[in-house]
Amino acid sequence: MSLDRARARTEPPAPETVTPRRGRGTELVLLIFAIGIATFAYVSVDLGALGRVPPNALAYLGGLSAATAVAHVVIRLRAPYADPVILPIVVTLCGLGLAMIHRLDLADGTTRASTQLTWMAIGVTLFVGVLLFVRDHRVLSRLPYLAGLAGLLLLVLPLLPIIGHSIRGARIWINVGGMTFQPGEAAKIILIIAFAAYLVQTRDALALAGRRFLGVDLPRARDLGPILLVWLGALGILVVQNDLGPSVLLFGIFVLMIYVATERISWIILGLLLILAGGFAANAVVSHVAERIDFWMDPFIDPQGQVAQSLYGLAYGGLLGTGLGQGRPELTPIAESDFIGSALGEELGLTGLIAIILLYALLASRGLRAGLLLRDPFGKLLAAGLAAGFFLQVFIVLGGVTRLIPLTGLTTPFLSLGGSSLVMNWVLVALLIRLSDAARRPAPPSATSSSTTDTAVTQVVRIR
Amino acid sequence: MSELTLTVIKLGFLAVLWLLILSVTSAMRADLFGVRPPKQPKPQKEARDAARQNRQPRGAKGTPTRAFIVEGPDTGKSVALDGTPVTFGRGADCTIPLADEYVSTQHARLRFHESQWYVEDLGSTNGTYVGNQRLTRSTPVTARSRFRLGKTVVELRK
Repeated sequence: MSLDRARARTEPPAPETVTPRRGRGTELVLLIFAIGIATFAYVSVDLGALGRVPPNALAYLGGLSAATAVAHVVIRLRAPYADPVILPIVVTLCGLGLAMIHRLDLADGTTRASTQLTWMAIGVTLFVGVLLFVRDHRVLSRLPYLAGLAGLLLLVLPLLPIIGHSIRGARIWINVGGMTFQPGEAAKIILIIAFAAYLVQTRDALALAGRRFLGVDLPRARDLGPILLVWLGALGILVVQNDLGPSVLLFGIFVLMIYVATERISWIILGLLLILAGGFAANAVVSHVAERIDFWMDPFIDPQGQVAQSLYGLAYGGLLGTGLGQGRPELTPIAESDFIGSALGEELGLTGLIAIILLYALLASRGLRAGLLLRDPFGKLLAAGLAAGFFLQVFIVLGGVTRLIPLTGLTTPFLSLGGSSLVMNWVLVALLIRLSDAARRPAPPSATSSSTTDTAVTQVVRIR
Repeated sequence: MSELTLTVIKLGFLAVLWLLILSVTSAMRADLFGVRPPKQPKPQKEARDAARQNRQPRGAKGTPTRAFIVEGPDTGKSVALDGTPVTFGRGADCTIPLADEYVSTQHARLRFHESQWYVEDLGSTNGTYVGNQRLTRSTPVTARSRFRLGKTVVELRK
């Protein structure tokens, strides 16, 4: 009470809204911290493995700092209200991934870390591009059908004869001018945008119109039709391409977004049932899937296999890990890609792996937070879809690596070696930054907000 | 590179990693515990102020004695505040009938209770505002407080 009085006396116009802090200073401090951690990881890999400070440590620090600084400056200019913790988390994850890839380079005698750093630079370029060209996220909602079609086309690209390219049995690559790229990573983001734009238009119909069947509200076919078509098309293409991970991920994102749009828990139940049914069917029909399930039930039928080696590595790491550069993560086949989680778990231990998972969780929670704060339904759905999809991907791949669920090939965002995944995850983060900027930006100030006769806030209703 | 140094580096790295998580979490604590309003006086001082104001007898510093209409069609009208409730509205039975067409028939009331004046909204269409806040319950007012109903602004003076 006395507070009210004091305020009435000292600051008579007292606008009741607290201007939100932009948090750019916080972001800068956290970024310096993140770059420090990344460099620390890089140096301690060499110290552990070779017993010397890497000669290019300063160049590495410089490259990482330059890329981060560009991203930070662009955020300052184009998204000043963006969430301050998103970029530092991403830089930390990228740094940890680079350090681990460098560590595997030392073991295998390759130079993939510098390639990855180049891809990170390209990722930052696209990040900047998205922030510069997408000034308002709502423009993305304009063409839901075209976006859905574009997503499907991107998924089909690897099946085309000339540019399509198959690596390790998965036909998910395109080869353009000597560069290989996974269009599926881009398709994921475009399909999330398409889902969000479409669901905004139809969520009421999806939630309300329709029949109730076994306690589940089934929507009308014409409301669900187009999105079901996109989803089935995507799944079909992925099955043909023999790539399980993305199809599971896409299905999960689809279910989560419908759930967010309609607030019906029945969709989650339906989704889980469908994925169980699909799993059983695939187990019976597709040999590739049956093999994965066998390895899940008993990974030690092939002691040299990925899952078995990953479990050995995690056990060797224990609670505190072997220390960077001192484990044997290279024993796991293709450790730098899907199994980078277990490589990190081996050298950083349970403590480090939990920290990494927490970083992912914090990032996803910031996305969901932006979704909660946003005022337009498309933005809400898009933020929820991006964040949930991102975290679902982490769950699927880390769950597979640690034998919680059957292994399905997916990249660990920002950590895994692989340009397409890294670049597209930077685009995803750019969208999250754009969304969080829109969410935290104060509402446009009303004309004379400080005066007591502020007519802008009066909802004038003429009585007579 | 000795075993001990490597162990220290290993533990140091884990510590720094967790420190980052702690700093990230503390950077977003505003979301968890809310934003502190700016320029809040120290709680002790606040309590002392409150105590002092409670001790003040009727008619002392801070208690208004007159309500003036300072904006709106009825600018210049005033009413003495002697302890009896004062109503504002377009209705003729109000203590101060107003000509403002954005004001309801029975719009707002000033009420005296335990050496403190309160303003309350009487379920008006357009609401009563103190600052930018629409009243939802009785709000204490002091000398120099202002509140707005429709296009009319009432100021309390000693």
